Amino acid sequence: MNACSIKELSISYGETPALRNISLAIPQGEIYGIIGPDGAGKTTLMRALCTLLPYQHGSIEVLDLHTVKDEKNIRARLGYMPQRFSLYQDLSVQQNLMFFAKLFGVKEKEYRKRLAELYQFSRLEPFNKRRAGDLSGGMKQKLALSCALIHTPELIILDEPTFGVDPVSRIEFWNILHELKAEGIGIIVSTPYMDEAEQCDTVALIHKGQILDIGKPGDLLAAWPFKLYTVNGSDLAEIRAFLAAQPEINNLQLFGSEIHISSNEEISSDTFAAWMQQCVSLKQWKAISPGMEDVFLEMMSHD
Amino acid sequence: MIDTVNLTKRFGNFTAVDNLNLNIAKGEIFGFLGANGAGKTTTIRILCGLTKPSSGTATVGGFDVNKHSEQIKTVIGYMSQKFALYNDLKAKENLAFYASVYRQPLRIALERLNPLLETMGLTSILNSFTRDLPMGYKQRLSLVCALVHDPPILFLDEPTSGVDPQARREFWDMINQLAIAGKTVIVSTHFMDEAEYCHRVIVMRDGKEVAMGNPTELKQLHQSKNMQELFLKLARGE
Repeated sequence: MNACSIKELSISYGETPALRNISLAIPQGEIYGIIGPDGAGKTTLMRALCTLLPYQHGSIEVLDLHTVKDEKNIRARLGYMPQRFSLYQDLSVQQNLMFFAKLFGVKEKEYRKRLAELYQFSRLEPFNKRRAGDLSGGMKQKLALSCALIHTPELIILDEPTFGVDPVSRIEFWNILHELKAEGIGIIVSTPYMDEAEQCDTVALIHKGQILDIGKPGDLLAAWPFKLYTVNGSDLAEIRAFLAAQPEINNLQLFGSEIHISSNEEISSDTFAAWMQQCVSLKQWKAISPGMEDVFLEMMSHD
Repeated sequence: MIDTVNLTKRFGNFTAVDNLNLNIAKGEIFGFLGANGAGKTTTIRILCGLTKPSSGTATVGGFDVNKHSEQIKTVIGYMSQKFALYNDLKAKENLAFYASVYRQPLRIALERLNPLLETMGLTSILNSFTRDLPMGYKQRLSLVCALVHDPPILFLDEPTSGVDPQARREFWDMINQLAIAGKTVIVSTHFMDEAEYCHRVIVMRDGKEVAMGNPTELKQLHQSKNMQELFLKLARGE
Protein backbone atom coordinates (compact mmCIF):
# COMPACT_ATOMS: atom_id res chain seq x y z
CA MET A 1 0.00 0.00 0.00
CA ASN A 2 1.16 3.49 -0.80
CA ALA A 3 0.61 6.31 1.64
CA CYS A 4 -0.35 8.42 -1.36
CA SER A 5 -0.56 7.99 -5.12
CA ILE A 6 -0.84 11.23 -7.00
CA LYS A 7 -1.50 11.19 -10.72
CA GLU A 8 -1.21 14.22 -13.00
CA LEU A 9 -2.40 16.59 -10.31
CA SER A 10 -2.90 20.25 -11.18
CA ILE A 11 -4.28 22.89 -8.86
CA SER A 12 -4.75 26.58 -9.61
CA TYR A 13 -5.87 29.50 -7.51
CA GLY A 14 -7.79 31.50 -10.08
CA GLU A 15 -5.29 32.20 -12.82
CA THR A 16 -2.29 31.28 -10.68
CA PRO A 17 -1.13 27.68 -11.03
CA ALA A 18 0.03 26.21 -7.69
CA LEU A 19 0.75 22.63 -8.79
CA ARG A 20 1.46 21.66 -12.38
CA ASN A 21 0.84 18.09 -13.43
CA ILE A 22 2.42 16.33 -10.46
CA SER A 23 2.70 12.54 -10.30
CA LEU A 24 4.11 11.04 -7.14
CA ALA A 25 3.98 7.74 -5.28
CA ILE A 26 4.72 8.04 -1.57
CA PRO A 27 5.44 4.68 0.09
CA GLN A 28 3.67 4.00 3.39
CA GLY A 29 5.79 3.79 6.53
CA GLU A 30 8.49 6.27 5.52
CA ILE A 31 9.40 9.73 6.69
CA TYR A 32 8.83 11.50 3.39
CA GLY A 33 10.02 15.10 3.06
CA ILE A 34 8.46 17.73 0.82
CA ILE A 35 11.22 20.27 0.30
CA GLY A 36 11.09 23.50 -1.68
CA PRO A 37 11.23 27.28 -1.52
CA ASP A 38 8.43 29.50 -0.26
CA GLY A 39 5.57 29.50 -2.72
CA ALA A 40 6.64 26.22 -4.38
CA GLY A 41 3.29 24.56 -3.68
CA LYS A 42 4.18 22.45 -0.62
CA THR A 43 1.22 23.53 1.51
CA THR A 44 -1.17 23.20 -1.45
CA LEU A 45 0.02 19.64 -2.01
CA MET A 46 -0.33 18.72 1.65
CA ARG A 47 -3.80 20.24 1.92
CA ALA A 48 -4.89 18.36 -1.18
CA LEU A 49 -3.62 15.10 0.36
CA CYS A 50 -5.70 15.87 3.45
CA THR A 51 -8.85 16.17 1.28
CA LEU A 52 -9.04 19.87 2.15
CA LEU A 53 -8.64 21.30 -1.35
CA PRO A 54 -10.63 20.64 -4.49
CA TYR A 55 -8.48 20.04 -7.55
CA GLN A 56 -9.14 20.60 -11.21
CA HIS A 57 -7.11 17.84 -12.85
CA GLY A 58 -5.69 14.49 -11.90
CA SER A 59 -6.39 12.14 -9.02
CA ILE A 60 -5.13 11.48 -5.52
CA GLU A 61 -5.38 8.29 -3.53
CA VAL A 62 -4.47 8.29 0.14
CA LEU A 63 -4.09 4.87 1.80
CA ASP A 64 -5.65 3.41 -1.36
CA LEU A 65 -8.75 5.57 -0.94
CA HIS A 66 -9.81 8.26 -3.38
CA THR A 67 -9.71 11.76 -1.84
CA VAL A 68 -13.01 12.83 -3.39
CA LYS A 69 -15.11 9.65 -3.10
CA ASP A 70 -13.75 8.40 0.22
CA GLU A 71 -13.08 11.70 1.97
CA LYS A 72 -14.60 10.62 5.30
CA ASN A 73 -12.78 7.29 5.44
CA ILE A 74 -9.49 8.98 4.70
CA ARG A 75 -9.95 11.57 7.42
CA ALA A 76 -10.54 8.85 10.01
CA ARG A 77 -7.16 7.30 9.17
CA LEU A 78 -5.15 10.47 8.68
CA GLY A 79 -3.67 13.02 11.09
CA TYR A 80 -2.89 16.57 9.92
CA MET A 81 -0.84 19.26 11.58
CA PRO A 82 -1.32 22.52 9.68
CA GLN A 83 1.40 25.09 9.18
CA ARG A 84 0.34 27.50 11.88
CA PHE A 85 -0.73 26.65 15.43
CA SER A 86 -4.44 25.93 15.23
CA LEU A 87 -5.34 24.55 18.63
CA TYR A 88 -7.60 26.34 21.10
CA GLN A 89 -5.33 28.70 23.01
CA ASP A 90 -7.88 29.10 25.81
CA LEU A 91 -8.25 25.37 26.41
CA SER A 92 -5.77 23.43 28.52
CA VAL A 93 -3.43 20.81 27.10
CA GLN A 94 -5.75 18.00 28.16
CA GLN A 95 -8.91 19.80 27.00
CA ASN A 96 -7.44 20.20 23.54
CA LEU A 97 -6.59 16.51 23.39
CA MET A 98 -10.09 15.59 24.60
CA PHE A 99 -11.66 17.93 22.06
CA PHE A 100 -9.86 16.22 19.17
CA ALA A 101 -10.63 12.78 20.61
CA LYS A 102 -14.36 13.60 20.66
CA LEU A 103 -14.18 15.11 17.18
CA PHE A 104 -12.74 11.87 15.84
CA GLY A 105 -15.14 9.70 17.87
CA VAL A 106 -12.45 8.07 20.00
CA LYS A 107 -14.13 5.91 22.67
CA GLU A 108 -13.52 6.76 26.36
CA LYS A 109 -11.47 3.64 27.16
CA GLU A 110 -9.39 3.98 24.04
CA TYR A 111 -8.86 7.69 24.75
CA ARG A 112 -7.42 7.00 28.20
CA LYS A 113 -4.99 4.45 26.83
CA ARG A 114 -4.00 6.72 23.95
CA LEU A 115 -3.58 9.72 26.24
CA ALA A 116 -1.11 7.77 28.39
CA GLU A 117 0.88 6.81 25.28
CA LEU A 118 0.92 10.35 23.92
CA TYR A 119 1.97 11.80 27.26
CA GLN A 120 4.78 9.31 27.42
CA PHE A 121 6.51 10.55 24.29
CA SER A 122 5.47 14.21 24.50
CA ARG A 123 6.27 14.54 28.21
CA LEU A 124 3.41 17.03 28.41
CA GLU A 125 1.62 15.39 31.34
CA PRO A 126 3.07 17.74 33.99
CA PHE A 127 1.56 20.60 31.96
CA ASN A 128 -1.85 19.01 31.30
CA LYS A 129 -3.72 21.85 33.03
CA ARG A 130 -1.75 24.66 31.38
CA ARG A 131 -3.53 26.76 28.75
CA ALA A 132 -2.26 25.90 25.27
CA GLY A 133 -1.63 29.60 24.67
CA ASP A 134 0.82 29.67 27.60
CA LEU A 135 3.01 26.82 26.34
CA SER A 136 6.47 27.45 24.89
CA GLY A 137 6.93 27.07 21.12
CA GLY A 138 8.37 23.55 21.34
CA MET A 139 5.61 22.34 23.67
CA LYS A 140 2.89 23.83 21.47
CA GLN A 141 4.17 21.85 18.52
CA LYS A 142 4.31 18.66 20.57
CA LEU A 143 0.71 19.26 21.64
CA ALA A 144 -0.38 19.87 18.04
CA LEU A 145 1.35 16.63 17.03
CA SER A 146 -0.36 14.77 19.89
CA CYS A 147 -3.76 16.10 18.78
CA ALA A 148 -3.07 14.91 15.24
CA LEU A 149 -2.26 11.45 16.67
CA ILE A 150 -5.17 11.10 19.12
CA HIS A 151 -7.27 8.87 16.83
CA THR A 152 -4.28 6.59 16.09
CA PRO A 153 -3.96 7.47 12.39
CA GLU A 154 -1.88 5.36 10.01
CA LEU A 155 -0.49 8.40 8.26
CA ILE A 156 0.30 11.90 9.50
CA ILE A 157 0.88 14.98 7.38
CA LEU A 158 2.94 17.70 9.07
CA ASP A 159 3.31 21.12 7.45
CA GLU A 160 6.47 22.78 8.80
CA PRO A 161 5.99 21.32 12.29
CA THR A 162 9.16 22.90 13.73
CA PHE A 163 8.20 26.49 12.82
CA GLY A 164 9.53 28.79 15.57
CA VAL A 165 11.01 25.90 17.56
CA ASP A 166 14.47 26.24 19.12
CA PRO A 167 17.36 23.92 18.10
CA VAL A 168 17.14 21.75 21.23
CA SER A 169 13.39 21.24 20.93
CA ARG A 170 13.75 20.52 17.20
CA ILE A 171 16.05 17.60 17.95
CA GLU A 172 13.54 16.33 20.49
CA PHE A 173 10.66 16.69 18.01
CA TRP A 174 12.50 14.72 15.34
CA ASN A 175 13.34 11.97 17.83
CA ILE A 176 9.60 11.63 18.35
CA LEU A 177 9.05 11.38 14.58
CA HIS A 178 11.59 8.55 14.37
CA GLU A 179 9.78 6.75 17.22
CA LEU A 180 6.44 7.12 15.43
CA LYS A 181 7.95 5.74 12.25
CA ALA A 182 9.26 2.74 14.19
CA GLU A 183 5.66 2.11 15.26
CA GLY A 184 4.72 1.91 11.60
CA ILE A 185 3.15 5.32 11.13
CA GLY A 186 3.73 6.98 7.76
CA ILE A 187 4.91 10.59 7.96
CA ILE A 188 4.80 13.24 5.25
CA VAL A 189 6.57 16.39 6.40
CA SER A 190 7.65 19.74 4.97
CA THR A 191 10.44 21.82 6.46
CA PRO A 192 12.68 24.79 5.67
CA TYR A 193 15.45 23.21 7.77
CA MET A 194 17.81 21.21 5.58
CA ASP A 195 19.24 19.27 8.53
CA GLU A 196 15.71 17.92 8.96
CA ALA A 197 15.44 17.12 5.24
CA GLU A 198 18.53 14.94 5.67
CA GLN A 199 16.71 12.87 8.28
CA CYS A 200 13.92 11.89 5.86
CA ASP A 201 13.92 8.48 4.16
CA THR A 202 12.95 10.08 0.86
CA VAL A 203 12.62 13.70 -0.19
CA ALA A 204 10.79 15.27 -3.10
CA LEU A 205 12.22 18.59 -4.23
CA ILE A 206 9.44 20.84 -5.43
CA HIS A 207 9.78 24.21 -7.17
CA LYS A 208 7.19 26.37 -8.95
CA GLY A 209 4.57 23.69 -8.63
CA GLN A 210 6.66 20.94 -10.20
CA ILE A 211 8.71 18.05 -8.86
CA LEU A 212 12.38 18.56 -9.71
CA ASP A 213 13.85 15.49 -8.10
CA ILE A 214 12.97 12.60 -5.81
CA GLY A 215 15.30 10.33 -3.91
CA LYS A 216 16.93 9.27 -0.68
CA PRO A 217 18.92 12.23 0.69
CA GLY A 218 22.12 10.16 0.51
CA ASP A 219 21.53 9.34 -3.16
CA LEU A 220 20.70 12.93 -4.07
CA LEU A 221 23.88 14.10 -2.37
CA ALA A 222 25.97 11.39 -4.05
CA ALA A 223 24.58 12.33 -7.46
CA TRP A 224 25.38 16.02 -7.03
CA PRO A 225 27.68 16.77 -9.95
CA PHE A 226 29.78 19.60 -8.51
CA LYS A 227 32.99 19.89 -6.50
CA LEU A 228 32.40 21.64 -3.21
CA TYR A 229 34.79 23.56 -0.96
CA THR A 230 34.42 25.55 2.21
CA VAL A 231 36.58 28.60 2.83
CA ASN A 232 36.92 31.02 5.70
CA GLY A 233 39.06 33.85 6.93
CA SER A 234 39.03 37.24 8.55
CA ASP A 235 36.62 39.29 6.45
CA LEU A 236 33.86 37.23 4.86
CA ALA A 237 32.36 40.14 2.91
CA GLU A 238 35.72 40.79 1.29
CA ILE A 239 36.31 37.08 0.54
CA ARG A 240 32.85 36.84 -0.93
CA ALA A 241 33.38 39.80 -3.23
CA PHE A 242 36.75 38.43 -4.33
CA LEU A 243 35.49 34.90 -5.02
CA ALA A 244 32.40 36.13 -6.85
CA ALA A 245 34.73 37.48 -9.52
CA GLN A 246 36.51 34.14 -10.10
CA PRO A 247 35.32 32.37 -13.27
CA GLU A 248 36.06 28.88 -11.85
CA ILE A 249 33.32 29.31 -9.28
CA ASN A 250 29.86 28.19 -10.18
CA ASN A 251 28.02 29.17 -7.04
CA LEU A 252 28.97 30.70 -3.71
CA GLN A 253 26.91 30.77 -0.53
CA LEU A 254 27.35 31.93 3.04
CA PHE A 255 27.15 29.15 5.63
CA GLY A 256 27.48 30.86 8.99
CA SER A 257 31.14 31.75 9.44
CA GLU A 258 32.16 29.95 6.23
CA ILE A 259 31.55 30.29 2.51
CA HIS A 260 30.76 27.25 0.38
CA ILE A 261 31.92 27.42 -3.22
CA SER A 262 30.98 24.95 -5.90
CA SER A 263 32.67 24.37 -9.23
CA ASN A 264 32.24 22.13 -12.26
CA GLU A 265 35.89 21.12 -12.12
CA GLU A 266 38.25 20.44 -9.26
CA ILE A 267 39.94 23.59 -7.96
CA SER A 268 43.65 22.92 -7.48
CA SER A 269 45.61 23.82 -4.38
CA ASP A 270 47.71 26.07 -6.63
CA THR A 271 44.61 28.05 -7.52
CA PHE A 272 43.71 28.38 -3.84
CA ALA A 273 47.27 29.45 -3.02
CA ALA A 274 47.08 32.13 -5.72
CA TRP A 275 43.72 33.32 -4.39
CA MET A 276 45.08 33.53 -0.86
CA GLN A 277 47.86 35.80 -2.11
CA GLN A 278 45.45 38.06 -3.95
CA CYS A 279 42.93 38.18 -1.13
CA VAL A 280 44.68 38.29 2.23
CA SER A 281 41.44 37.83 4.15
CA LEU A 282 41.16 34.32 2.73
CA LYS A 283 42.86 32.04 5.26
CA GLN A 284 41.64 28.45 4.90
CA TRP A 285 40.03 26.13 2.39
CA LYS A 286 38.92 22.50 2.42
CA ALA A 287 37.15 20.13 0.01
CA ILE A 288 33.87 18.91 1.54
CA SER A 289 30.86 16.75 0.68
CA PRO A 290 27.60 18.55 0.01
CA GLY A 291 24.64 18.70 2.39
CA MET A 292 21.00 19.15 1.44
CA GLU A 293 21.33 22.91 1.91
CA ASP A 294 23.99 23.01 -0.82
CA VAL A 295 21.75 20.98 -3.11
CA PHE A 296 18.78 23.23 -2.36
CA LEU A 297 20.68 26.46 -2.97
CA GLU A 298 22.18 25.13 -6.21
CA MET A 299 18.70 24.24 -7.40
CA MET A 300 17.46 27.76 -6.58
CA SER A 301 20.40 29.45 -8.30
CA HIS A 302 19.11 28.35 -11.73
CA ASP A 303 16.14 30.67 -11.52
CA MET B 1 21.74 52.98 21.31
CA ILE B 2 20.45 50.53 23.91
CA ASP B 3 21.64 50.30 27.50
CA THR B 4 20.18 48.26 30.32
CA VAL B 5 21.18 47.97 33.98
CA ASN B 6 20.00 44.95 35.97
CA LEU B 7 16.90 44.70 33.82
CA THR B 8 14.42 42.31 35.45
CA LYS B 9 10.86 41.24 34.70
CA ARG B 10 8.81 39.03 36.98
CA PHE B 11 5.40 37.50 36.36
CA GLY B 12 4.23 36.46 39.84
CA ASN B 13 6.87 34.06 41.14
CA PHE B 14 8.33 33.52 37.70
CA THR B 15 11.36 35.59 36.65
CA ALA B 16 11.25 35.93 32.87
CA VAL B 17 14.18 38.35 32.61
CA ASP B 18 16.82 38.24 35.32
CA ASN B 19 19.34 41.09 35.81
CA LEU B 20 20.24 41.73 32.22
CA ASN B 21 23.00 44.23 31.41
CA LEU B 22 23.24 45.17 27.76
CA ASN B 23 25.10 47.87 25.85
CA ILE B 24 24.31 47.84 22.16
CA ALA B 25 26.07 50.31 19.87
CA LYS B 26 24.86 52.13 16.76
CA GLY B 27 25.21 50.03 13.60
CA GLU B 28 25.52 46.80 15.54
CA ILE B 29 23.70 43.59 14.62
CA PHE B 30 22.91 42.07 18.00
CA GLY B 31 21.41 38.58 18.25
CA PHE B 32 19.23 37.06 20.97
CA LEU B 33 19.59 33.27 21.25
CA GLY B 34 17.89 30.89 23.63
CA ALA B 35 15.44 28.04 23.91
CA ASN B 36 11.71 28.75 23.70
CA GLY B 37 10.80 30.44 26.97
CA ALA B 38 14.31 31.69 27.82
CA GLY B 39 13.17 35.32 28.00
CA LYS B 40 14.13 36.66 24.56
CA THR B 41 10.70 37.93 23.55
CA THR B 42 9.99 39.45 26.99
CA THR B 43 13.29 41.36 26.82
CA ILE B 44 12.50 42.61 23.33
CA ARG B 45 9.00 43.65 24.45
CA ILE B 46 10.48 45.70 27.32
CA LEU B 47 12.96 47.37 24.99
CA CYS B 48 10.14 48.22 22.59
CA GLY B 49 8.24 49.96 25.40
CA LEU B 50 5.42 47.40 25.31
CA THR B 51 5.82 46.18 28.87
CA LYS B 52 7.52 47.75 31.90
CA PRO B 53 10.39 46.07 33.75
CA SER B 54 9.80 44.98 37.37
CA SER B 55 13.16 46.47 38.34
CA GLY B 56 16.29 47.82 36.69
CA THR B 57 16.51 50.41 33.95
CA ALA B 58 16.76 50.51 30.21
CA THR B 59 17.19 53.30 27.69
CA VAL B 60 16.48 52.87 24.01
CA GLY B 61 17.63 55.57 21.59
CA GLY B 62 18.06 57.83 24.64
CA PHE B 63 14.54 57.25 25.99
CA ASP B 64 13.84 55.58 29.34
CA VAL B 65 11.50 52.57 29.01
CA ASN B 66 9.86 53.46 32.34
CA LYS B 67 9.16 57.10 31.60
CA HIS B 68 9.13 57.59 27.85
CA SER B 69 7.73 54.40 26.36
CA GLU B 70 5.69 56.34 23.78
CA GLN B 71 8.74 58.22 22.46
CA ILE B 72 10.59 54.92 22.10
CA LYS B 73 8.08 53.90 19.44
CA THR B 74 9.19 56.78 17.24
CA VAL B 75 12.81 55.55 17.15
CA ILE B 76 12.22 51.83 16.66
CA GLY B 77 10.84 49.60 13.95
CA TYR B 78 9.46 46.19 14.92
CA MET B 79 8.88 43.10 12.86
CA SER B 80 7.95 39.66 14.15
CA GLN B 81 7.44 36.17 12.82
CA LYS B 82 3.71 36.86 13.10
CA PHE B 83 3.81 39.37 10.27
CA ALA B 84 1.41 42.10 11.33
CA LEU B 85 0.11 42.74 7.83
CA TYR B 86 -3.52 43.05 6.83
CA ASN B 87 -4.19 40.19 4.43
CA ASP B 88 -7.24 41.91 2.96
CA LEU B 89 -5.26 44.99 2.01
CA LYS B 90 -3.01 45.33 -1.00
CA ALA B 91 0.74 45.49 -0.32
CA LYS B 92 0.77 49.22 -1.00
CA GLU B 93 -2.25 49.76 1.28
CA ASN B 94 -0.40 48.04 4.09
CA LEU B 95 2.49 50.45 3.57
CA ALA B 96 0.05 53.37 3.54
CA PHE B 97 -1.50 52.10 6.77
CA TYR B 98 1.87 51.93 8.54
CA ALA B 99 2.86 55.31 7.16
CA SER B 100 -0.30 56.88 8.60
CA VAL B 101 0.15 55.16 11.96
CA TYR B 102 3.62 56.70 12.13
CA ARG B 103 2.31 60.00 10.73
CA GLN B 104 4.52 59.87 7.67
CA PRO B 105 3.22 61.34 4.42
CA LEU B 106 2.97 58.30 2.14
CA ARG B 107 4.56 60.07 -0.83
CA ILE B 108 7.68 60.93 1.17
CA ALA B 109 7.87 57.48 2.75
CA LEU B 110 7.56 55.81 -0.66
CA GLU B 111 10.21 58.06 -2.16
CA ARG B 112 12.63 57.11 0.57
CA LEU B 113 11.73 53.41 0.54
CA ASN B 114 11.77 53.12 -3.24
CA PRO B 115 15.37 51.86 -3.59
CA LEU B 116 14.66 49.27 -0.87
CA LEU B 117 11.44 48.16 -2.60
CA GLU B 118 13.43 47.79 -5.84
CA THR B 119 16.22 45.68 -4.32
CA MET B 120 13.68 43.50 -2.58
CA GLY B 121 11.73 42.94 -5.78
CA LEU B 122 8.59 44.37 -4.20
CA THR B 123 7.82 47.07 -6.76
CA SER B 124 5.92 44.67 -9.01
CA ILE B 125 3.69 43.32 -6.26
CA LEU B 126 2.61 46.59 -4.63
CA ASN B 127 -0.88 46.24 -6.10
CA SER B 128 -1.30 42.57 -5.13
CA PHE B 129 -3.44 41.52 -2.21
CA THR B 130 -1.23 40.62 0.72
CA ARG B 131 -2.98 37.27 1.28
CA ASP B 132 -1.88 36.13 -2.21
CA LEU B 133 1.81 36.80 -1.56
CA PRO B 134 4.24 33.95 -0.84
CA MET B 135 5.81 33.87 2.62
CA GLY B 136 9.10 35.39 1.44
CA TYR B 137 7.35 38.45 0.01
CA LYS B 138 5.21 38.96 3.11
CA GLN B 139 8.36 38.85 5.18
CA ARG B 140 10.09 41.50 3.08
CA LEU B 141 6.95 43.64 3.04
CA SER B 142 6.81 43.45 6.86
CA LEU B 143 10.40 44.64 6.99
CA VAL B 144 9.61 47.64 4.77
CA CYS B 145 6.55 48.43 6.92
CA ALA B 146 8.82 48.44 9.99
CA LEU B 147 11.06 50.97 8.21
CA VAL B 148 8.34 53.33 7.07
CA HIS B 149 9.30 56.03 9.63
CA ASP B 150 13.06 55.57 9.08
CA PRO B 151 13.80 54.43 12.66
CA PRO B 152 17.43 54.23 13.78
CA ILE B 153 16.73 50.98 15.68
CA LEU B 154 15.16 47.85 14.26
CA PHE B 155 13.80 44.91 16.26
CA LEU B 156 13.39 41.65 14.35
CA ASP B 157 11.76 38.85 16.37
CA GLU B 158 12.42 35.55 14.55
CA PRO B 159 12.10 37.27 11.18
CA THR B 160 13.14 34.18 9.21
CA SER B 161 11.04 31.49 10.90
CA GLY B 162 9.48 29.34 8.20
CA VAL B 163 11.54 30.98 5.45
CA ASP B 164 13.53 28.85 2.99
CA PRO B 165 17.38 28.80 2.89
CA GLN B 166 17.65 31.01 -0.19
CA ALA B 167 15.21 33.65 1.07
CA ARG B 168 16.93 33.63 4.48
CA ARG B 169 20.26 34.52 2.86
CA GLU B 170 18.70 37.32 0.83
CA PHE B 171 17.05 38.64 3.99
CA TRP B 172 20.38 38.68 5.82
CA ASP B 173 22.02 40.55 2.96
CA MET B 174 19.41 43.25 3.54
CA ILE B 175 20.00 43.26 7.30
CA ASN B 176 23.71 43.80 6.61
CA GLN B 177 22.95 46.67 4.25
CA LEU B 178 20.77 48.30 6.90
CA ALA B 179 23.50 47.94 9.53
CA ILE B 180 26.10 49.39 7.17
CA ALA B 181 23.72 52.32 6.62
CA GLY B 182 23.87 52.91 10.39
CA LYS B 183 20.76 51.16 11.67
CA THR B 184 21.05 49.23 14.91
CA VAL B 185 19.53 45.78 14.45
CA ILE B 186 18.32 43.56 17.29
CA VAL B 187 17.38 40.11 16.05
CA SER B 188 16.25 36.83 17.57
CA THR B 189 16.57 33.60 15.63
CA HIS B 190 16.44 29.82 15.90
CA PHE B 191 18.77 29.37 12.92
CA MET B 192 22.26 28.99 14.32
CA ASP B 193 24.00 29.77 11.02
CA GLU B 194 22.30 33.18 11.26
CA ALA B 195 23.74 33.64 14.74
CA GLU B 196 27.15 33.65 13.03
CA TYR B 197 26.11 36.71 11.01
CA CYS B 198 25.55 38.83 14.14
CA HIS B 199 28.29 41.13 15.40
CA ARG B 200 27.48 40.04 18.93
CA VAL B 201 25.01 37.63 20.48
CA ILE B 202 23.60 36.93 23.91
CA VAL B 203 22.64 33.38 24.85
CA MET B 204 19.84 33.38 27.42
CA ARG B 205 18.62 30.65 29.74
CA ASP B 206 15.92 31.04 32.38
CA GLY B 207 15.94 34.81 31.84
CA LYS B 208 19.68 35.11 32.52
CA GLU B 209 22.69 35.80 30.35
CA VAL B 210 24.76 32.61 30.02
CA ALA B 211 27.09 34.00 27.37
CA MET B 212 27.54 37.23 25.48
CA GLY B 213 30.02 38.30 22.85
CA ASN B 214 31.27 38.02 19.34
CA PRO B 215 30.43 34.58 17.80
CA THR B 216 34.08 33.81 16.97
CA GLU B 217 35.24 34.57 20.52
CA LEU B 218 32.35 32.65 22.07
CA LYS B 219 33.11 29.56 19.98
CA GLN B 220 36.75 29.67 21.09
CA LEU B 221 35.82 30.23 24.72
CA HIS B 222 33.36 27.33 24.79
CA GLN B 223 35.34 25.11 22.42
CA SER B 224 32.54 24.71 19.92
CA LYS B 225 33.04 24.29 16.21
CA ASN B 226 29.93 26.31 15.35
CA MET B 227 27.07 28.21 16.97
CA GLN B 228 24.76 25.19 16.79
CA GLU B 229 27.17 23.24 19.01
CA LEU B 230 27.59 26.22 21.33
CA PHE B 231 23.82 26.58 21.60
CA LEU B 232 23.30 22.92 22.44
CA LYS B 233 25.99 23.23 25.12
CA LEU B 234 24.71 26.41 26.73
CA ALA B 235 21.02 26.89 26.07
CA ARG B 236 19.84 24.06 28.29
CA GLY B 237 22.77 23.96 30.65
CA GLU B 238 23.05 20.20 30.30
